[in-house]
Amino acid sequence: MTANLAAYSTSTGEAVQFWVLGTVAVIGALCTVFMRKAVHSALCLAGTMIVLAVFYLANGAYFLGIVQVVVYTGAIMMLFLFVVMLVGVTAADSLKETIKGQRWLALLCGLGFGILLFAGIGNASVQDFDGLAKANANGNVEGLAALIFTKYVFAFEITGALLITATIGAMVLTHRERTERARTQRELSEQRVREGKHVPPLPAPGVYARHNAVDIAGLLPDGTPSELTVSKTLRDRGQIRDVSADALKDLKALEQRAEERLERTKPEEASK
Amino acid sequence: MNPVNYLYLAALLFTIGATGVLIRRNAIVVFMCIELMLNACNLAFVVFSRMHGNLDGQIIAFFTMVVAAAEVVVGLAIIVSLFRSRHSASVDDASLMKL
Repeated sequence: MTANLAAYSTSTGEAVQFWVLGTVAVIGALCTVFMRKAVHSALCLAGTMIVLAVFYLANGAYFLGIVQVVVYTGAIMMLFLFVVMLVGVTAADSLKETIKGQRWLALLCGLGFGILLFAGIGNASVQDFDGLAKANANGNVEGLAALIFTKYVFAFEITGALLITATIGAMVLTHRERTERARTQRELSEQRVREGKHVPPLPAPGVYARHNAVDIAGLLPDGTPSELTVSKTLRDRGQIRDVSADALKDLKALEQRAEERLERTKPEEASK
Repeated sequence: MNPVNYLYLAALLFTIGATGVLIRRNAIVVFMCIELMLNACNLAFVVFSRMHGNLDGQIIAFFTMVVAAAEVVVGLAIIVSLFRSRHSASVDDASLMKL
């Protein structure tokens, strides 16, 4: 009876784990799609992948669970984060739609596709579960190895060719041959003079009063912050702190305090 | 709980990934959504392996992981080289093969 039941349903512990971690996985997936910044998307996706690794372990795929953590969350997501740091700094998604109504149509398509998949699974007769107890009897890794090196040995060898091709492809795509000599400092300065713009070095950031952090723009004589004084990366990320308003506010507060100290009233109150 | 619920979860994750590919315009995020779809497929394969009581599904999932790793390497290299020439990672800007 118990063995029969085990074929149809899982233990209560696994059910609790499924419902808790499944919710986390779905939330992570939704955050991957809907987060504005690519870094947040990548971190959410890493969370989802770790949850999936736990699910693999729960389903008796011990080798795949560990490979999922090592390869996916370890290597692939790190590669993603690396490229995001390299490229995605300026790559904030624009919210302007190029095709009108594309977003809603895409959501509709997704909904329809989801319904199709769910209906397909619902109609399939998948009540009977065999379980992996017999297949994993000699150990999961040993079982996989026996299959890979006998039945799937050809696919395994093709995989090796694929990996070599991918490595060479990545090298060819990212490698850039330097066809011309790097310009010397003298040539660069001569070019600057010839072009006639920014002949002296760029202005330093945060030269205003109390602030000298690099993310604070220097102020022009009229009090507006100058974009030119801050590093381009910070400018693109929108991480410039604007203190021009702060300074004026501080000044106003100081003046008011001074007036209170001197027991003067404000002109508009005196005129009332 | 019937383990078929894992299949529903895989279908849901796949759908979210597919919708993300359609909605997002940042090439890197589109790529992440593709990874999400691959992962959902892997989950389905692992659950099928449990259903049928043999390890073939896990082998397929293993090969999917290898292919995904190769795909990520080449895809990210393409994104980086595209970004170098266009200074943008938006898929809308890359409407032409030539520069």
